Amino acid sequence: MLVEIGQFALILAFLVAGIEGIVPLLGASSGSRALMDLCRPAALLQLALVALAFGIFIDAHIVSDFSVKSVYENSSRALPLLYKITGAWGSHKGSMLLWVFILAAYGGLVALFGNALPASLRARALGIQGLLSCGTLAFVIATSNPFARIFPVPPNGLGLNPLLQDPGLAFHPPLLYSGYVGFSITYSFAVAGLIEGRIDAAWAHFVRPWTLLAWCGLTAGIALGSWWAYYVLGWGGWWEWDPVENASFMPWLLGTALLHSLSAVEKRESLVRWTLLLAILTFGMSLVGTFLVRSGILTSVHAFALSPARGVFILFLIAAVVGGALLLYAFRAPLLEAGKPFAPVSREGAFVLNNVVLGAGMATVFLGTFYPLFVQLWSGIKLSVGPPYFDSTFVPILIPGIIAMVVGPSLAWRHGNLRRVVVRLVPAFAAALLIALLVRLFAPKASWAASGGVALAVWAMLGVATELLERAGVSRREWGDAWRRLRHLPRGTYGYSLAHFGIGMLIAGVVVSSAWRSQKIVSVRPGDSIKIAGFTLDFTGVAKKKGPDYEAERARIRVEPPHGVSYMLYPELRSYPRAGTTTNHTAIHTNGFADLYLALGKEDGKGGYVLRAFYNPLVPWIWFGAGFAAFGGLVSLADRRLRFAKKRAPAPLAARRAKAS
Amino acid sequence: MSGRVLFAALLALLLFGGTALALEPSEKLANPVLEARAEAIGRELRCLVCQDESIEASDAPLAHDLRLLIRRRLLIGESNKQVIAYIVSRYGIFVLLDPPFLPVTYLLWLTPPALILGAGIFLAYRARRMRKSERVPALSAEEHARAKMLLGEGP
Repeated sequence: MLVEIGQFALILAFLVAGIEGIVPLLGASSGSRALMDLCRPAALLQLALVALAFGIFIDAHIVSDFSVKSVYENSSRALPLLYKITGAWGSHKGSMLLWVFILAAYGGLVALFGNALPASLRARALGIQGLLSCGTLAFVIATSNPFARIFPVPPNGLGLNPLLQDPGLAFHPPLLYSGYVGFSITYSFAVAGLIEGRIDAAWAHFVRPWTLLAWCGLTAGIALGSWWAYYVLGWGGWWEWDPVENASFMPWLLGTALLHSLSAVEKRESLVRWTLLLAILTFGMSLVGTFLVRSGILTSVHAFALSPARGVFILFLIAAVVGGALLLYAFRAPLLEAGKPFAPVSREGAFVLNNVVLGAGMATVFLGTFYPLFVQLWSGIKLSVGPPYFDSTFVPILIPGIIAMVVGPSLAWRHGNLRRVVVRLVPAFAAALLIALLVRLFAPKASWAASGGVALAVWAMLGVATELLERAGVSRREWGDAWRRLRHLPRGTYGYSLAHFGIGMLIAGVVVSSAWRSQKIVSVRPGDSIKIAGFTLDFTGVAKKKGPDYEAERARIRVEPPHGVSYMLYPELRSYPRAGTTTNHTAIHTNGFADLYLALGKEDGKGGYVLRAFYNPLVPWIWFGAGFAAFGGLVSLADRRLRFAKKRAPAPLAARRAKAS
Repeated sequence: MSGRVLFAALLALLLFGGTALALEPSEKLANPVLEARAEAIGRELRCLVCQDESIEASDAPLAHDLRLLIRRRLLIGESNKQVIAYIVSRYGIFVLLDPPFLPVTYLLWLTPPALILGAGIFLAYRARRMRKSERVPALSAEEHARAKMLLGEGP
C-alpha cells in the first residue's frame, strides 16, 4: 500500500513539476505577478512529493519489502540497518530517485531562500528547474521505475554488493549528486537570465552561493570516492583515469572554472557571456556524467543497445537540455551588454587563464574518455585510451593554471601590477627552488620532473600563504596591527586561500606518491619477515574470522617502523558466500605524511599467502588537500550567507548601475 | 536490461576486477631489472577481457598468460619495443593503453595542444583589441585647464 502511495506521489510530482515548468514562465512573459508567484508553492509541493516517494522507497529497504524488485535486488534481511538505508541508492533506479530528489531539493531551497530575488528572475529560474524535474521524473517513471513489484514475493533479497557495504561508499553518491545536481541551479539561472536578457552583478551574486555549494559537494564526493577506491580495492592507487572517474571529474573542472568566472561577473561584470556558456556546459557535463555512465555506453556499446528505451530517452534529455540552452544562448548572448574591458595582467586576466586551462583540461578528458567510442562507431577500429594519454596531455595543460592560482589573487582588478606580485613571491619561489634542488640531490630516484613537481607544489602552498599574509600587511605593519587585520579579513578571502592551499597539498601528494612509492608483492608464510622502505614486517599468521554475512582470513603482521615503537596491522580478505565475491579489507597505518598499506591475497594452497605491501609517501595529503578545498568552499559560503543576512550587496550595485546608465 | 546488470557493469568499471590480485609473486622474474621492465610493459597494455585495466593490475587468466608471455620474451633477450610489437601483432592496437600516433589518433593527440594554441591566439587578439578600445585620448589644453580649475588648483 505504502509503495503504491510512493508511486503515486512520484507521478503527482511529475505533474506538479510540469505546472512549475509552464505557468511561472508564462506569468513572467505576460507580466502576471500571480502566475509568477506560483513558482514557490509549486517547487515546494514538488519537493514534498518527491521526498515522500524517496522516503517510502528507503522505508521499503528498511522493512525489507522484497515485493519491490529494487529492494529484492539490492538488499537482504541480514544487512546492517545503515547499509539497508544506503543500499537504497546503491542501485540504478534508487540512484536516479536520489537524483530527482536532490534536484527537487535545490529547487525547494531556492523557493525558500530566494526572497531577495526579483520576482520574474525567480519565476523563470524555478520554471526551468521545474522543466528539468519534469524531464528527469519522466525518465524515472517511464524507464527506471523504482517501485516496480515482483510476484511471487521472494523470502529474502539478493543482498547488497559487498563493496558498497562501506561507510565511504555509502555517502559517496549523495555528496557527488549534491554537486552534479547542484549545478542545475546555475543552469536554470543562466537560462532564466538569457530569457530576461539581463545578466549583471546582482545575478552573479544570487547564483554564486549555489554554485559554491554544488562545488563543495562535488569536491568532497570525488575525494570520498577516490579514498574509498584507495582503501577498498587493494591496489594502493587512488585515480586511474577510468571513465567513471572522468565522468565526475569533467563537471568538476568546468564547475571550478565557472566558480571563478562568476566572481568576475559579480565584482566587475566581465566575462558575462563566457560565464553563461560555462553554466550551461557544466550542468551538461553533469548530465553526461550521471546518465551516460549509468547507461553503460562507456563500458560497451552493446550495453547501450540492450536497453534502447533508456538510452534513447537519455540522449533526448541531454540534447534538449544542452541543445535548447545553447540555441537560446546563440540568439540571446550577442544582445547582452559587452563586458567591461580589462588588461591581460589583471585579476580578470588570471580568471581567463584559469578558465582556458580548466576548459582545455576538460576537453582533453572528454576526448580521451569518448574517443574510443567515436572511433569504434565511425570506423570499427577498437582503440584504448589509458592513463598514459591523460598523464602526458592533461598534466602539462594544468601547470599554467597552478601559476595563475598563486599569482591571480594578488593582482588588482582591471589592471594588475605583475612586477609587484612577482617580487612578493620571490621568497616562496626561492624556497621552492631550494627544496627542489635538495630533493634532486639527496632523494633517491628523483627525476627532474618529480623535483619540478615538488617545487611547484611547495611554491603554490607558500605563495598562497604569502598572499594571505600580505593582505593583512604583515611586511608593512606592526605585528599587533597585522594580526588584527588578518583576523578580520573577509571569510571569502580565507575560503579561497584554504582551497588554493589545498590544491597545493594535493599536487604535493600526487607528485610525491607517484614518484617515491614503493611496493612489494611477495608470498609469505607464518614466521616470514619482509622489508619495505625501512619497515620490517613480521608475518605471524592468519586466523579465520566470521562477520555478519562474510567469512574472513585475517593476517597478523607486526610492523617495526624505522623510527618509533612497533605496532600490529591486520589486513583481511573477506569472502561473501551469498554474493560469491571477495573483498579486501586493507590495513593502513598513516602518520599524516605517509601510509604503510597492506593487502592480503589468497592462500596459494601450500600454506603461503600473497601479501601486497605499499609504502605511499604523502598520499594522505591528496585527501587532506581535497578536504581543505571543500572546506574552503564552505568558509566562503559562510561569508556569503552573512552578506545575505545583512542584505546590502545587491542594492548599491544596482544603484550604481542605474547611475551609470 | 535490468538495473542490476547495469549496476554490475558500473561496478565492473569501478573495480578493476574485484580483489585485484593481479601480479602474483610466482610470476615474477628473479632478475630485478628484467622484472621492472616487465612490470613497466604490463602497465602499458590493456587486459582485453576486463574493463580499463592494465594486465599488470588484472587477475583475469588472460592477463596472467600475457604477463608470463612478456617475461618469456624478455628472457630471450627482446627489447621492450619488440615485446610490445609482438603483442600488438597478435591482439591489435586495442591492447595499447597509450594510444600510438596514427591517422586514426591524430585528432586525439593534436586537439589538446591545438586548443591551448587556439585559445592563446584568440586571447592575444582580444587583448590587443581591448587595449585599442580602452585608449583614452589625451586631454586638450582647454580641457586640461578646466580640469585644473575643477580640482581647485586655480587657473
